[in-house]
Amino acid sequence: MAISPAEASEIVRKKDIRSRWLLSAPALILIAVAGVGPLLIVVVYSFLAPGNYGDVKWEFSTEAWFNVLLSRDIFDDTVTLADAHLSIFLRSIQLAIVTTVLCVVFGFPTAYFIATRPIHTRQIWLFLITIPFWTNMLIRAFAIQEVIRNEGIVNSLLMGLGLIAAPIPMMFSDFAILVGMTYVFLPLMVLPLYASIDKLDFRLIEAAYDLYASRFNVLMRVIVPLVKPGLIAGSILVFIPALSSYVIPRVLGGGKNLMIGNLIELQFGQGRNWPLGASLSVTLVIIVLFAMLYYVRNASRSGGTHG
Amino acid sequence: MARQFSVKRLPGFSTIAMICFIGLYMPIVTLVVYAFNAGTSIAVWEGFSLRWFYSAWNNTQVVDASIRSLQIAFCAAIVATVVATMAAIATTRTAQYRGLTFKYAFINLPLLVPEIVTAVALLIFFSQIKVYTGYSGLGYLIAAHAAFCIPFAYLPIRARLESMDLTLERAAADLYATPFQAFRYVTLPLLWPGILAGMILGFVISLDDVVITEFVKSGGQDTLPTYMLGQLRRVVTPEMNAISTVFLLLSFAIVTIFFFLSRNEKTS
Repeated sequence: MAISPAEASEIVRKKDIRSRWLLSAPALILIAVAGVGPLLIVVVYSFLAPGNYGDVKWEFSTEAWFNVLLSRDIFDDTVTLADAHLSIFLRSIQLAIVTTVLCVVFGFPTAYFIATRPIHTRQIWLFLITIPFWTNMLIRAFAIQEVIRNEGIVNSLLMGLGLIAAPIPMMFSDFAILVGMTYVFLPLMVLPLYASIDKLDFRLIEAAYDLYASRFNVLMRVIVPLVKPGLIAGSILVFIPALSSYVIPRVLGGGKNLMIGNLIELQFGQGRNWPLGASLSVTLVIIVLFAMLYYVRNASRSGGTHG
Repeated sequence: MARQFSVKRLPGFSTIAMICFIGLYMPIVTLVVYAFNAGTSIAVWEGFSLRWFYSAWNNTQVVDASIRSLQIAFCAAIVATVVATMAAIATTRTAQYRGLTFKYAFINLPLLVPEIVTAVALLIFFSQIKVYTGYSGLGYLIAAHAAFCIPFAYLPIRARLESMDLTLERAAADLYATPFQAFRYVTLPLLWPGILAGMILGFVISLDDVVITEFVKSGGQDTLPTYMLGQLRRVVTPEMNAISTVFLLLSFAIVTIFFFLSRNEKTS
């Protein structure tokens, strides 16, 4: 039976697509099984009742979702807002936003500094930013702990200079968490910002100065709008891991200053309420998805205007 | 004499940048310095000594955890690199076909899901499997690590594939090489730097992981980071600094290799 050249090429194309699926199958399956697939189980668990010793009872219940926002009084069944959960969510969002702002404040000048170095030294500065990023986050949190603890280098320095009489307690506070998160996530802000500033056309800045713009105006009205894509990318890259931070608040925040990640862990450890932990996890994923969506919409918009 | 006006200069930016660089390195340097402290405090300097390195070396828990960390990172990096290479070949140099965008998105998905959520999901899933199969070895940790290493291995390999010259493979095909021969003798040697870079990234990512390991591990399966996390709750001696120093040195060495590998790639 004769087949036309068009049919033949169609057969070849189909065969090619089939072999491409086969070739990518192991990666897709591994991610599905040991990466993102189990997230579906978390969604299912969030609609079950808690078991007595951890795990779940297989009966449908919306109690966990109810408990994310509200709490029922054990004596008279009155319903109030679950302050404990809500305040931890709000605190986490606040801390993540402040961390992002701090990273912009410190990261923008740093990225600008690197991007305006001569080409051969630029690589070294970039290398210096990347190194801490690839070292263990736990070790970096521990390093921060050593610096800001009561007997740490900051307090001994201030006391040595006679500026303070007693050490300022900084550990186990929101301040410690902010310092730690800014320290750990700063490279995530600097790298995309650098990529944007590197592409900056300095003739535009020269033109602005020729038109008598002040330094401040050049920065705010020429440079910042032009590097906005990098600014947004960096902010998302910092905000998302900061919001879902677990190690930093555990090491630097102590037992009292929880963030969402620690609240989730608590439900699987001492709390023994797996469904509540599951519904809190799903809530966190939803917040992260909204942040991503915001980024994608903004990125496509600014990409459109700047070409 | 007036200083020449520079278009690129913004006042104060260099100062802030310097503060950042000092701020990034000062805590790490302090940590390393106190690893050599002779006293038992991580705050009061009592003279130079290597005693904490000896004590870490003789601590069987530390040695066991280190070996386990390396085992897991090694296995996970190899598995992730092999499957990521296959996936990269399947998703580059092709016309758009149905499912291609899905594959991109799915392979990068582990980067988007918060680590704590993945950890919880795997805890639930693996605990069920443990009940059914009775197996509780390192396989779970290796599988979990390999899964989140895939995107890190995939990205440099894909980048390398896309920047490669297609004509070489065509030439091989013209000279009657089978598709396998063309891959083995033309594509693979050219792809090698990308594969190596992907494997190194995967190795470092796996070695550093705390959160997922903390949730997935069974009893007695501490890796070095989870062991350290447990120790930080207690009174910390400079032994922690000594362990951290060795860990930092290892990461530093690996990242330096990676840096020069990717730099040679650009210049050649």
